[in-house]
Amino acid sequence: MRLPMRSLGILLTSALALTACSSGGDDDAATTAGAASCAPSSGPVTLNYTTWIPGIENVVKVWNDANPNIQVKVQTGPNGNGGTYQNFFNQLKAGNAPDLGHIEYDALPSFRVQDGLENLAGCSEVTAAKDQFVDWTWGQVTFGEENSVYGIPQDAGPMALFYRKDLFEKNNIAIPTTWDEYAAAAEKVKAAGGYITNFSQSDINQFAGLAWQAGGRWFSNDGSKWTVNLADENTTKVANYWQGLLDKKLVSSVPPWTTEWDNAYNTSKAWTWVSAVWGANSIISGAPDTSGKWAVAPMPQWTAGGTVAGNWGGSATAVFKGSKHPYEAAKFALWLNTNEEALTLLNKEAQLYPATKAGASLPALKQGVDFYGGQAIYDVFAQASGQVAADFVWGPTMTSTYTSASDGFKGAVSGNGTLLDALKKAQTSTVETLKSQSIPVAE
Amino acid sequence: MISPLKRSLPMLVMGACTLYFLVPIWWLLVAASKSRSQFSNTDPLWFADFSLFDNLNELFSYRDGVFLRWMLNSVVYTGGAALLGTVLAAMCGYALAKYRFPGREAIFNVVLSGVLVPATALALPLFLIFSQFNATNTFWSVFLPSLVNPFGVYLARIYATASVPDELLEAARLDGSGEVRTFFTVSTKLMFPALVTIFLFHFVAVWNNFLLPLIMLGNERLFPVTLGLYSWNTQVNQIPELRMLVLTGALVSIIPLVIAFLLLQRFWRNGLGSGAIK
Repeated sequence: MRLPMRSLGILLTSALALTACSSGGDDDAATTAGAASCAPSSGPVTLNYTTWIPGIENVVKVWNDANPNIQVKVQTGPNGNGGTYQNFFNQLKAGNAPDLGHIEYDALPSFRVQDGLENLAGCSEVTAAKDQFVDWTWGQVTFGEENSVYGIPQDAGPMALFYRKDLFEKNNIAIPTTWDEYAAAAEKVKAAGGYITNFSQSDINQFAGLAWQAGGRWFSNDGSKWTVNLADENTTKVANYWQGLLDKKLVSSVPPWTTEWDNAYNTSKAWTWVSAVWGANSIISGAPDTSGKWAVAPMPQWTAGGTVAGNWGGSATAVFKGSKHPYEAAKFALWLNTNEEALTLLNKEAQLYPATKAGASLPALKQGVDFYGGQAIYDVFAQASGQVAADFVWGPTMTSTYTSASDGFKGAVSGNGTLLDALKKAQTSTVETLKSQSIPVAE
Repeated sequence: MISPLKRSLPMLVMGACTLYFLVPIWWLLVAASKSRSQFSNTDPLWFADFSLFDNLNELFSYRDGVFLRWMLNSVVYTGGAALLGTVLAAMCGYALAKYRFPGREAIFNVVLSGVLVPATALALPLFLIFSQFNATNTFWSVFLPSLVNPFGVYLARIYATASVPDELLEAARLDGSGEVRTFFTVSTKLMFPALVTIFLFHFVAVWNNFLLPLIMLGNERLFPVTLGLYSWNTQVNQIPELRMLVLTGALVSIIPLVIAFLLLQRFWRNGLGSGAIK
């Protein structure tokens, strides 16, 4: 392509001239701070921050007004798996990644294995903040390793049971507190003409949250090798449980996040949803005709009287490798995710549920919610957040693991194999993916 | 005398095709006219309470009217790139058709093979090149690569060979017209239908090139409308209010394409036909 190439070359040169004035900027702050040293930069600093939180500008503005010497420029785009993660990887390769980025917990390990994250353990402010965060969220950013902090926890998705209070009362069904009771209630709901819930066939994260609660531990890393255990004993228990409900046709299996799915809730066909704290808004918007009829109870337990919750979702603010100002970046990330004003704004703009212990007591999270009959539902989630196990670790190739598992789950839902088969298949394909990326795996 | 059956059969097939192509647009129009609560529980192909104007109002005011900015960006990216790209392709194709110089066929063949390289495959290399120049996340990082259009060069060459007689060029030279002047005053007029075709092809190609802005741009104010709507759509799970904005935005965003096609379609037919008889 000689001709176009040549013209491209000319055009590129002119692009350089055209953009020369817009780039430049913070190169003058020639700090070469070592990765782990976390020394403050001298002089004013501009940080780039990429996220997809709606309304983040309003939060950043509060910081910028109060910190003239550390200005944050925020950029928003599609969500992580919608392209922003891929962009981060491209930018890391090209050496122009932003200073800060929004990364969900399940994607953090993939950035870690690509050496894309700055270890903030050298910042004393960061390590000192550990106790402010709910234990398990801290575990998500340290991967349970000593002397490592790869991001500041931002939000959490502790799980609970959303249920149709009116329908359960009308049909005299007790609110299930254990999974056995849940299965029994499912029979009664079916007899009353509904489904107890909708099994998420393509969004594996819900299943991951259920496995997390049951004690399933899918990945572990001993420092040199990854171990993959997608079908461990506890996960098998969860898979067989839901397979049983599917086999008896006690749960529906409409694809999640579709209007069909919303409609099942809106028309009282589905009665409960075991979901994360942010699910509260999904129901409010998806099932507006059922306002006032819902309530929230703790997740059903595997052993009677147990107090264990799962988690679905949540993310961290990470500092990318190559940032010239890790100290300032960490300082901003800490403020963003611990400051009461910031957390209140994040909750108001984007319904983020804070990862800090104090965050659970924000005034907005103490009020009753009309849609849920005036119940102070966030109290249930605050309690759940403290009951999530801290040692659940995500793998470094979750995207492909999810794809493989959800293919199998879709099959299982339509009677093709079982959920457990799907997990075993995902196990094999995950190990293969890790190997193909030269990530050491223990077999 | 054609039997009524023979006459109605093609009409039937065409009617079915028209229906097939129009139903999605109809669905979009109906969906965009509904409120969010009615969207999921009313007939998807017929109107409920008409709230299109509320949706439009919300769309244009959401986040300081960023949607209008996206529309403007799209028009500049695609309109600008298509216009400039057409001129470049026309000049290039014309030169390949009308001038004899060593390596002409080789250049043409290389350009032709460029048609086979999908734009998506070039996005990442382009990103890395622009990174070298510190020029990612700028208007130019999307605009400049969009100017290149090998298929346009191919079409321009074919059409220039067919429609610009050498005698005419010689006459122009005898009258003292320079080559550049001849090209702009004589040849482009003869090639006009082909230029419209190239323009439309190019316009659609740039409009649809989604991956390049996705990879290049981080600043929301620079997004074209396709990327902007996409980024909203990825957040529908968390912010359900966005669903109606995405639908209404999609409806508004096809308007420029419809206008471009309606205005230019008579040239369009003309241009396609002349390529066919060559």
